[in-house]
Amino acid sequence: MIEIRNLEKSFGESKVLKGVSAVFETGKTNLVIGQSGSGKTVLLKSLLGIFTPDVGTISFNGRIYSDLTSDEKRELRTEIGMLFQGSALFDSMTVSENVGFPLRMFTNDDKHKIQDRVDFVLKRVNLIDAHHKLPSEISGGMQKRVAIARAIVNNPKYLFCDEPNSGLDPNTATLIDNLIKEITEEYNITTVVNTHDMNSVMEIGEKIIFLKDGLKEWEGTKEEIFRTDNVAIVDFVYSSNLFKKIREAYLKESH
Amino acid sequence: MLIRYLSQIGKYFLMWKEIFRKQTKWSVMRGLIFKEIDDLIIDSLGIVAFISFFVGGVVSIQTALNLTNPLIPKNLIGFATRESVILEFAPTFISVIMAGKMGSFITSSIGSMRVTEQIDALEVMGVNSLNYLVFPKLIAILLYPFVIGISMFLGVFGGYIATVYGGFGTSTDFIEGIQINFIPFHVTYAFIKTFIFGLLLASIPSFHGYYMKGGALEVGKASTVAFVWTSVMIILVNYILTQLLLT
Repeated sequence: MIEIRNLEKSFGESKVLKGVSAVFETGKTNLVIGQSGSGKTVLLKSLLGIFTPDVGTISFNGRIYSDLTSDEKRELRTEIGMLFQGSALFDSMTVSENVGFPLRMFTNDDKHKIQDRVDFVLKRVNLIDAHHKLPSEISGGMQKRVAIARAIVNNPKYLFCDEPNSGLDPNTATLIDNLIKEITEEYNITTVVNTHDMNSVMEIGEKIIFLKDGLKEWEGTKEEIFRTDNVAIVDFVYSSNLFKKIREAYLKESH
Repeated sequence: MLIRYLSQIGKYFLMWKEIFRKQTKWSVMRGLIFKEIDDLIIDSLGIVAFISFFVGGVVSIQTALNLTNPLIPKNLIGFATRESVILEFAPTFISVIMAGKMGSFITSSIGSMRVTEQIDALEVMGVNSLNYLVFPKLIAILLYPFVIGISMFLGVFGGYIATVYGGFGTSTDFIEGIQINFIPFHVTYAFIKTFIFGLLLASIPSFHGYYMKGGALEVGKASTVAFVWTSVMIILVNYILTQLLLT
């Protein structure tokens, strides 16, 4: 479980996070949604330790990040898997080398054991045939799956995903969403997904936090999104006619 | 403006401190060092050999063409070529060229890793990214004096070929010229310079690549800025070292 309390972060004069508090539960896909500039990325980068919050605390299963020594912080980071928006695969390494990278860096396992684990996770993301290819030789969707494999190869306790299906076609996006949800349940990890894709919200959003102008505007489940009267989230989620009609149909059915 | 420069200089020295903190596992580091030796040292040998041979030749031809007084011995061609090549051409001129070749390679490779979030990925995994990316370059660059040694040899050899086969002097004169008034400390001085230039060649472009912000266009700009600053520092340090070691 990750708990953030009263998180504030400014860049110069601009205050991006204005006191956000939230709990991201273990074994659930926690979604952070909001418009561009709402503070989602800053929140995620603060969780990852890339940005240091000005005020507030972040605790990982009771360990307050700011109280840890730099070695303890690095140790904690080995428990984190991260799926970057652009995949962030290492260009000079093959798919297999990319996935095995955390194991080579942080375990004393021999080559065969590492390869077995790499093959296992590549099978899990249906990419076993691509192990010898370079990232530039595979599609964007495949790169995302490789990045997921790399993120989970070390059995992380926390998985962070930044816009996991941006730039993907609807089929591949759904595949990635489902993969994240399945992995979260299978490995019982705390997953935080940063997105503004409403399909993801409807597919995998077990717990949703809506940020607006650096503040937590709303929190709930995907079912609660249909019933909420909060103007800000209704405007954001139902800005498309399709979702508006889905909501109307849902409300009609429930009455 | 001054504050910005001072802050950049401070950041550069803090980078050095960070490079040596929390070392990457040796089994991984070993592979990275060999890769950097290949990229930075082995890949530079061709261009260094080519330039050294022909510039050595040009130095000797120009010296020969300026020896119009019959009282000046022909062995001066060999002497002038040796002094120019060992004291300045090989350590300094080649280092400025390498600031373009190696420097832009280092800045663009680290810079594109920054742009594509690969450095963030390393940090998030708990890897000391500066140690992982820059330390192997610093170790590889310890072989840079070997490149300059080759450059010195080929520069003088190019001068010999140009002198003898261009009809500017005899083989005996040239060989005699490269032996007269030889001061071994000049070679030591050249290698001290080379060692320090090597550290500048690896660290300044790494700094500009690592701390760059922006996208692909900025990677190109960072490479240019890195080349300019590395060249400026090489010229400046060259002056200071010459003053300190030869006077």
